[in-house]
Amino acid sequence: MRKQPWRGFREAVLRVRLVLLVACAFLVLIFTPSASAQGESIKGTLRGPDGPVAGVTLTVSSSGGDEVGKATTAKDGTWEVAVPDAGAYDVTLDTKTLPKDLQLRNQGGETLADVAVAAGQNRTVIFPLVAAGTPQETPSPGATAGPAPPAEDGAGPSSFGRFLQLLVAGITFGVIIAITSIGLSLVFGTTGLINFAHGELVTIGAMVAYVFSTSPFTLPLAVATLIAIVVGALVGGAMEGGLWRPMRRRGAGLIQMFIMSIGLALVLRHIILVAFGSRRSQYSQYTIQSSLQWGPISITPRDLTVTIICIIVLLGVAYWLLRTRIGKATRAVSDNRDLAEASGINVDRVVMIVWLVGGGLAAFGGVMYGLTGAVYWDMGFNLLLLMFAGVILGGLGSAFGAVVGSLIVGIVAQVSTLWFPVELQFAWALLVLILVLLVRPQGILGRAQRAG
Amino acid sequence: MDFLSILGNGVRGMFGPEAAIYAIAAIGLNVHFGYTGLLNFGQVAFMLVGAYGVAVSVATFGWSLWVGVLVGLGCAVVLALILGIPTLRLRGDYLAIATIAAGEILRYFYRSAYAEPLTGGVYGLRQFADPFFELNPFPPGRYGIGPIDFDSRSLWVMTVGWILVVLISLLVFLLVRSPWGRVLRAVREDELAARSLGKNVYSFKMQSLVLGGVIGAVGGALLAINVQSVQPDSYNPVTTFYLYAILILGGAGTIFGPIIGSIIFWFIVTFFDAFLRSAVGAGWFGDLIDGADVGAIRFVLVGLGLMLLMAFRPAGILGDPKELRLDVR
Repeated sequence: MRKQPWRGFREAVLRVRLVLLVACAFLVLIFTPSASAQGESIKGTLRGPDGPVAGVTLTVSSSGGDEVGKATTAKDGTWEVAVPDAGAYDVTLDTKTLPKDLQLRNQGGETLADVAVAAGQNRTVIFPLVAAGTPQETPSPGATAGPAPPAEDGAGPSSFGRFLQLLVAGITFGVIIAITSIGLSLVFGTTGLINFAHGELVTIGAMVAYVFSTSPFTLPLAVATLIAIVVGALVGGAMEGGLWRPMRRRGAGLIQMFIMSIGLALVLRHIILVAFGSRRSQYSQYTIQSSLQWGPISITPRDLTVTIICIIVLLGVAYWLLRTRIGKATRAVSDNRDLAEASGINVDRVVMIVWLVGGGLAAFGGVMYGLTGAVYWDMGFNLLLLMFAGVILGGLGSAFGAVVGSLIVGIVAQVSTLWFPVELQFAWALLVLILVLLVRPQGILGRAQRAG
Repeated sequence: MDFLSILGNGVRGMFGPEAAIYAIAAIGLNVHFGYTGLLNFGQVAFMLVGAYGVAVSVATFGWSLWVGVLVGLGCAVVLALILGIPTLRLRGDYLAIATIAAGEILRYFYRSAYAEPLTGGVYGLRQFADPFFELNPFPPGRYGIGPIDFDSRSLWVMTVGWILVVLISLLVFLLVRSPWGRVLRAVREDELAARSLGKNVYSFKMQSLVLGGVIGAVGGALLAINVQSVQPDSYNPVTTFYLYAILILGGAGTIFGPIIGSIIFWFIVTFFDAFLRSAVGAGWFGDLIDGADVGAIRFVLVGLGLMLLMAFRPAGILGDPKELRLDVR
């Protein structure tokens, strides 16, 4: 289906109406349930720095000291204790049941006294947890590029301050997505392949760095990262040389290769699962840090470094694409493969280089993502849809579009936690993708003739 | 190593409730992908709304199960319309990513704390299909020959499931043989040509999306009824990949493709599972893999199968390679 380069006013109005319609439909889906809550309770989700914490006991007692109920957190960290009436209750977390590597952020924070529960309310309370060994009593909002802690009603700095804080976290997240998605976008631009196995390059990078930075190698993380980048590039090159180039030679259709890449992703992901298990691990270095504070914004030196390194790498990629011979050739192939080939560019060589660079960048982004969150077997797959969102938002095939789109995705995901629960942050980012497709299918920086 | 019982497991898998349910959902996907050429990677979303339509109606609102099934199908129609408006004008590859994203969005919302009073959040809902099993004509007990046997509940779900497979296949058969079906295939073959003949391509795509989506919702509803529980995280994109593996194995764009595909797929998967489990039990692999890894190795197998099929026989067992277009339009 071809789209005309111009768009009439009527059509624009129609599109806006459609956006509103879809938005309304989703709003209805979201907000109807909250009306039907019943019975008072106190609940929460216990999260550590790297995800939900299970098996921790919490006790709710009335202000007189009588125990009202006990709960143990489930696998996803959730717990809930029903209380008989509206009123004030004390909630105590049994620190003995906490995992050894976690502690409460605030000293004496194991008891929240006089938690007020209104009639019909399901009051959410939060016990902030940090890695053991972190100095206690540093009241920081502690946003990381991973899931940020959910909103705490009526507490914390001003909402504009929190917005700035989340914006910074969003930029950190966004540049990580951008690093990983450049390869995805360039591969699409040069070969037309939607590579579903790109997420696995991210996981492989993070895993390789993890293996080399722990025993028996115990290399410094910086060295392990370099090894990861090399491995990522080689795996990317192997995919191109061993699978995609032969398939293209055989004249395989793009959908055929797209479905093959899904198969490849399933294979790689589950081999990683068998090899490393399903546990979440963290790099041993740079885990315990106290935050730097500028006004309302606090950021750990680790996240700050990650952000700065990512931005430097992005600038390097931009230089490579704009100024070097091979970078220009890449853009030429991306623009028009046949014309590039006719003007003497070795397209196969360019495609191979794109895979090497893309694989290396994905692996590097994987280490950065693992550094700000955790390393686990399907981390790349979790990031993949966000990468696609970023790539499509910016315009498929354009590396700069991918960066812009990824930043938007990262910022939307983080800033949405200002109003909505953290568990929905990825949903909003994907919803933005669909809404943008509705209004501007070719993406923000894409060219109109590629769309629709 | 008891080969007879492993083989029995495989045969049980190929006729079991899952095979019937996945066949139904794959028939829906066949309408999308096989006949209309829509690269819908969000089929699991239709299964999800079908399943939750039943579960929420019964467990949360206390309506009858049959109303619940209708609610599920209605939700599928609504979802198809909401999904189709922004995505059906897109080229195939965009459509794939937009639909897979839509499926994930839906899963995130169904499992969120917002939706917990309605959907049970991450825990899901349970025990809502008793009226279905009260109709079970088979007295309790086990039925079958030798190592191939089913309990009365599975037998009842299977019976209903395979009857539905036959009925839905018949419906699809009649529809694709009709002038309407010819337009669908024309859209698949060459959208511009269909349009130049004055056909409203967008509208036909939308009708196809609704029809296939409703069929997917039937599969989802039966899946929920079969296990008497729904959990949002079991409706992840991998289910859609399963459906594609089934459809491509059997042959997209054929009536019997999804059925044959599902039977063979579930035979291979359950046979291989049982084989691996007993091999691990017999210590064939030493410490290399353990029982917990068997599930993961199943996915490796599915992925490998998908790749090999796409590389060497993209038209599947029954498909006609000439009729299958696998390029982006």
